[in-house]
This record gives sequence, C-alpha cells and structure tokens, in this order.
Amino acid sequence: MASQKAKKQVSSLPHMTQAAQEEKRRQLAYKELVQKKKPRPRYLRNVLVAFVVGGAIAVLGQLVLRFFMSRGLDLDAASAPTLAVMILVGVIATGLGIYDELGELAGAGAAVPITGFANTIVAAAMDYKREGWVLGMGAKMFLIAGPVIVYGTLAGVVVAFIKFMTSP
Amino acid sequence: MAAKKVGKSTVRFASPPIIVGTGTIAGPVEGKGPLAADFDVVLPDHAYGERTPERSETKILEQASRIAIERAKIEKSMVDYYIAGDLLNQVISAGFSARQLAIPYFGVYGACSTCAMSLALAGMVIDGGFADYVLVACSSHYQTAERQYRYPIELNIQRKTTSQYTVTGAGAALLASSGVGPKVTWATTGKVTDLGSKDINDMGGAMAPAAADTLLAHFDDTGRGPSDYDLILTGDLASFGSEMLRELVRDNGVELGDNYRDCGLMVFDTKSQRVGAGGSGCACSAVVTFGHVLKEMEKGTYRNVLLIATGALMSPLSFQQGESIPCIAHAVAIEA
Repeated sequence: MASQKAKKQVSSLPHMTQAAQEEKRRQLAYKELVQKKKPRPRYLRNVLVAFVVGGAIAVLGQLVLRFFMSRGLDLDAASAPTLAVMILVGVIATGLGIYDELGELAGAGAAVPITGFANTIVAAAMDYKREGWVLGMGAKMFLIAGPVIVYGTLAGVVVAFIKFMTSP
Repeated sequence: MAAKKVGKSTVRFASPPIIVGTGTIAGPVEGKGPLAADFDVVLPDHAYGERTPERSETKILEQASRIAIERAKIEKSMVDYYIAGDLLNQVISAGFSARQLAIPYFGVYGACSTCAMSLALAGMVIDGGFADYVLVACSSHYQTAERQYRYPIELNIQRKTTSQYTVTGAGAALLASSGVGPKVTWATTGKVTDLGSKDINDMGGAMAPAAADTLLAHFDDTGRGPSDYDLILTGDLASFGSEMLRELVRDNGVELGDNYRDCGLMVFDTKSQRVGAGGSGCACSAVVTFGHVLKEMEKGTYRNVLLIATGALMSPLSFQQGESIPCIAHAVAIEA
C-alpha cells in the first residue's frame, strides 16, 4: 500500500526505530489514501449559492441604506443605522432558527456579511444561557465572535500604524 | 489461566449471555428515517419537555433502560449491574440516569464504541458468574454533542462532505444468564489505533483504521471470515469511513461484501435527509442494533451478526492542542 512518495518521505527519518518507521509509513500511506478518496465539496454550486445569498443580503443592506438616505441622512450618517438594522435582521433570523439553515446552504455567503457576525454572538448566547446569565451567556457569548473582535482590532491598529508611519 | 480467551484479544463466552429485553428511543430526525418503525419511542422534538438538552438526554437514557427491563418482564431490583456511557464530559447522562435507576452502576466511556464495549463487559460479568442480569445502555444527543464538540446549535456553519450528524437517541439491552433471545457469543476488544488523522470533520476516516484492526483481529483470533456472518455492522463510519474500511481490509486480503453495512447509513436516508455523510454517536449503533437488527434476528432475517462499534477518543481540548485522533473499535458477535 505504501506508495513511492510515502517511502521517500520516510527514508528521510533515519533516527527512528524500525517499528516507528513502519508506523509512520502506514500513517503516510493512509493519509494519502484519504486525500485521494475523500469526496470533494461541490465547489461550483457552493460558490454560486454563496454569491447569490451573500449578494442578496448586501442588496437588502443597500435598500436599508437608501431608505435612511432618502430621509435626509448623508452616506456617513446613514451607515450606522443601516448596520444596526442589518444586525437586528441577523439576530431575529438566528432566534427564529433560520440563519443556521442559511449558513448550511450558503456558507461564506451567510457568514461574511454583518448578519453572520450577529449570528455568531446570538447563537452562542442562546446556547449558553442555560448555564446562567453571568457564567453562561455573559462569559461565553463571544466564544465565536471573540477572535474576530480581537484580531480585527489588532489588524486595525497595525494598519493605522503603517499609515501613520508612511504618510508625509 | 484464561480458559475463555481466544487468540490475542477475543473472548468466547462459555455460557453466552442472552439479550432478554431492549429499549430504544430515537430523536425527531431519526424518526423520519428509514428505521422509524423499529424504535420504541420517537421524540417529537430535541427538547422532549426538558429545559436543557442535557436533561433531555438523561431522560431518554433512563426511559430506554426502563423499557428494556419492562420487556424482559423482571423487576428492576433483580438487575445486578447497570453499565452505561455517553459522549458528554464526565459521562453525565449515564451517571444521572443511574441516579434515578438506583442499580449498582459502572460508568464507561468508549465514545461511540460504548454500545459494543458495554455488551462485551456485561458478557464477561455474566459469564464470569458475577451477575444474572446486567443492563447495558448508552445515549447521544445531537444538541448536547454539537455544543460540546463543535459549535453553538444555531451557528451558521456549512457541513463538510465527510461531516456526520450525531444521532439523538438511547438504546438499552438487558443481558441475562438464562432466558430466550439472541446470544452474545464472542467479543473482541480493540486496541487504540491512530493513523495520524487530525481532521475533526472526518470521524469516519479517522475511525476506519481502528475498525479494520479489530475486524482483522477478530477473524484472526476466531478463525472466522466475512462469510460466517449474515451481517457485519460497523457503528458509525458513515459513507466515507465505510469506504475506507473496505479499502483497509482489502489490503489485508479480506473482502467485505453486501453483508457489510454501517449503522450511520442505516439510521438516516442520507440522500434526502441533510445529515452529511451519515449518523454518529453512541446511540447510532445502539438504536440500530437493539431496535432494528435484533428485531430482524427475531424474524429470522439474520442469524449471525458481528457488531463493530467505533469510537474516536479525542476531546475538543486535545484537538485544539493539535493532537491527532486516537480511535478504538470493539466487536461483539450476536447469534440468534
């Protein structure tokens, strides 16, 4: 079963005992077999659905933005209430048990827009509420969103620093 | 001298324990699957009237156990031991159900291999002359398992092609030293096998080497082969894992034919139900074996069945620390 490639990789490990080498060879051969046989995701279908669903959420956001602008807010001022409305949409859809279905269908199309971000927080909050308001929901509602916030903020600082250093 | 030990890792029961009663409960998704009619109770929803999914899992495990005792037409006080397990940290479902049942209790953890593992242990306890009645049971629950091993239930996550769906359910079987019913005749205990898989979304692929190892050990020890069984049943390898098992044993000169099936592919209709590659969890092998297969044995469809339940022994912690997934498989032969 061990292929040429696996044998070559193993021969570069002379410090290992015979048994350990044999084990490593089996592992590499199995890894190769799994990689070869594992069913591939339906990339084209996934990309298309993600595009359509993500696009539809963006169009909805655009309509909300237009609505606020038509009521006299300029683009900058209208952005904040638009985000708030879209977050609310994500929150309600999660509470109704719709958003996880949308995520299953559309993948990144549902995860990337801010509605998806709202979903990560509400989904965690709903789950951990059972362990109490403080040690459950309070402590764990940012379980999924936490890294996004931490590294998003960090990335913002880094980018701002680079801009600060490079601007004349 | 171990008179009942055969080969490296198999025991042959001198007076095989008899399965005198079973109880199975399945969740709402399993209740829409092809085996729905075989379960004693099908839940209307995952909550089953409880405020947490963990309580719901404890409730179904206890209820399945009571049904098994009832079917055997004995009193609960006559049961010598209760051997049970589940997937949750500190096996709470089993421990909590034992609190209600008040039977001397051994809590066991074998991940999804618990069903076959507890059958083997119960067999040894009975054949060793330590008990007349041993109740074995295990459970799993989609929502409790998702929370512990994966993500919050309502999170927008797209299933991978090899992802599996944890079966909500509980299965219990009462084994007795005498009576009428199918017998547990052989048990092969698995070794922990790890071929270095680290893909948390591919449990079937990770567990297939363990299943292959135990299956080959069973054939080696007993001198039997695939044709000696009407049905060779793996616990929850699902579509990809079953394919890998076929490949792995083929390399060792064993060809699995149409008599090989996987509980994870039987409990759901994987084409029309959105369950990924198939079912998983302790309850997967338990509800299929105790609910469906034993009923079919009664009807005479099967006479010799080999159940190989597979389990992945990782935790979310070990996975996050970059460890590979150690797996185990236990085999028990059940004969009509």
